[in-house]
Amino acid sequence: MNRRPLTALIHPGEPPPDLKAYEAAGGYAAVRAALRDLQPADVIDRVKQAGLRGRGGAGFQTAMKWSFVPQGDDAPRRKYLVCNADEMEPGTFKDRYLMEGNPHQLIEGMILAAYAIGAEVAYIFLRDEYPLCAKRLRAAVAEARAAGHLGKDIHGSGFHLDIHLHISAGRYICGEETALLNALEGKRAVPRAKPPFPPVAGLWGKPTIVNNVETLCFVPHILRHGADWFRGLGKGSDGGTKLYGASGRVRRPGIWELPMGTTMREIIEDRAGGMLDGYRLRGVIPGGASTDFLVPEEHMDLPMDFESVQKAGSRLGTGTMILLDDKTCTVGMLRNLQLFFSRESCGWCTPCRDGIPWIEKTLAAIEAGDGREEDIDLLHTHTRLLGPGRTFCAFAPGAMAPLQSALRYFEDDFRRHITEQRCPYTNGR
Amino acid sequence: MLSDSERKAIEAELPLYERRRSLCIEALKIVQEHRGWVSDEAVADIAEFLGMGADEVDSVATFYNRIHRHETGRHVIYLCDSVSCWIMGCDRARERLRETLGIDFGETTPDGRFTLLPIACLGACDRAPALMVGDELYGPVDPAKAEEPLGKHP
Ligand SMILES: Cc1cc2nc3c(=O)[nH]c(=O)nc-3n(C[C@H](O)[C@H](O)[C@H](O)COP(=O)(O)O)c2cc1C
Ligand code: SF4
Ligand code: FES
Repeated sequence: MNRRPLTALIHPGEPPPDLKAYEAAGGYAAVRAALRDLQPADVIDRVKQAGLRGRGGAGFQTAMKWSFVPQGDDAPRRKYLVCNADEMEPGTFKDRYLMEGNPHQLIEGMILAAYAIGAEVAYIFLRDEYPLCAKRLRAAVAEARAAGHLGKDIHGSGFHLDIHLHISAGRYICGEETALLNALEGKRAVPRAKPPFPPVAGLWGKPTIVNNVETLCFVPHILRHGADWFRGLGKGSDGGTKLYGASGRVRRPGIWELPMGTTMREIIEDRAGGMLDGYRLRGVIPGGASTDFLVPEEHMDLPMDFESVQKAGSRLGTGTMILLDDKTCTVGMLRNLQLFFSRESCGWCTPCRDGIPWIEKTLAAIEAGDGREEDIDLLHTHTRLLGPGRTFCAFAPGAMAPLQSALRYFEDDFRRHITEQRCPYTNGR
Repeated sequence: MLSDSERKAIEAELPLYERRRSLCIEALKIVQEHRGWVSDEAVADIAEFLGMGADEVDSVATFYNRIHRHETGRHVIYLCDSVSCWIMGCDRARERLRETLGIDFGETTPDGRFTLLPIACLGACDRAPALMVGDELYGPVDPAKAEEPLGKHP
């Protein structure tokens, strides 16, 4: 059976499968079967058996999240499903690949998820800079509606569902699920206080599930092929495959669907083809800008699954790696990351709004050769002040992840800038 | 006042949401499409139409990277300056655009053809450095010839 379920029908550079091609390959069979034979709770149960964990970054158990939605006569009748397609985490380009390559797969996953939680309206929250995704998703939704996979009384089951495409206007914090809900409601997109959590009180106060694109794309395959098959795809404790990516100075930057738990070495050396000639690998940010550095000396054979990466002191995050080479300045790279975070901070809470620009300026000074010995302590202090639990949302701790780990692994780089009063990497770029 | 076609386009989106004010972002984008950018007057027009305060609409408008509260050129060049593109030379691409167009981030060419803006990761990190002109994505761009794609946007 297929070892690459998510990408089997994806051929970059070619148009995605239309409804006919998608159905010919078994598409929408899971929707027909589930609406005919399964209760919503059965769908949740199968996803639970499979052990599917969210691919949006945190690895939360998908079925558990779905089970938090209140059901029964006392529960609000209106419930919502939202697909988080805001992908803006620097270094991440996996959801684009899935949406451009096979939009029907996402729609089928959304129908099944909506059925499982009892939502009759679903939104795809898409970032504005993905117009090709928008075009292809619109066409696929129209095809699915015409074929009776969406709309009223789908396949005579009594279940209704509409999927709407909401196109954002470009702001990273909208990817945080409560900020996303505010954005959908037309408000300034600052995060909300939690609890209540969205599965209980989300969009317009109604129970709402927010799931990542990749997470939802797995659902049809789990229902079609079963939990054991899904578990068998992974190499470690986490089942399934994962879209892994690599960018930076590698021979073949790109994206690959591989067993969950594939080692860093295999991804970098076999898939990405290793570093470009004349460059040596020094560090890896494993899953988008807000994850901690790993280093080749210690982590080349690390299985890239949720648990192993966490044990190594980082997070799997989005699974798309950014590679630091020996001719790129670490301090410069950190400054670039903090510039991104300072621009994208929503400004709601002071440590993040004021702290990150301060960090960025400090790093800029060090990079320019104007750093002082105390600056390193100051940076350390900030990583604590903006750490977990100190700010209103997870944005600031995420911003600190690459910084705190860089200070640990590449402290010499920071010190050299300060003692030599210049950047030692003048020819890097 | 919103024009008829602006109003129609916004109203077409109304059935998609539970509340009228949820159309705020749609409305801003539709008006920007019609008028090129979002002026104070446009903010007031949208506020009136949606039954919101102008300050509320403005707090949404100013939040987003792709809503322009300043007049822009005919085409906006969005140069990705996030981490993978930075490693692959977006600073040199910016410098090249500055030399060939005479504009830096936030500026517009005197003939009103291009505005240059930085943008967060375009999700094209495997094609770094990347840039967008309007809705068209280019990458990898040779930093030494970063102006090349612009020929397609007269
Ligand atoms: C600052 C910030 C940005 C985020 N951006 C995204 C994003 O672009 N896409 C996404 O799926 N999740 C993003 N998340 C995670 C979401 O809040 C949420 O956990 C996720 O969509 C849940 O989906 P999953 O359970 O399927 O993984 C972000 C979180 C934070 C704190
Ligand atoms: S941590 Fe940053 S992004 Fe999150 S609420 Fe505070 S200011 Fe906004
Ligand atoms: S960092 Fe430029 S496209 Fe991702």
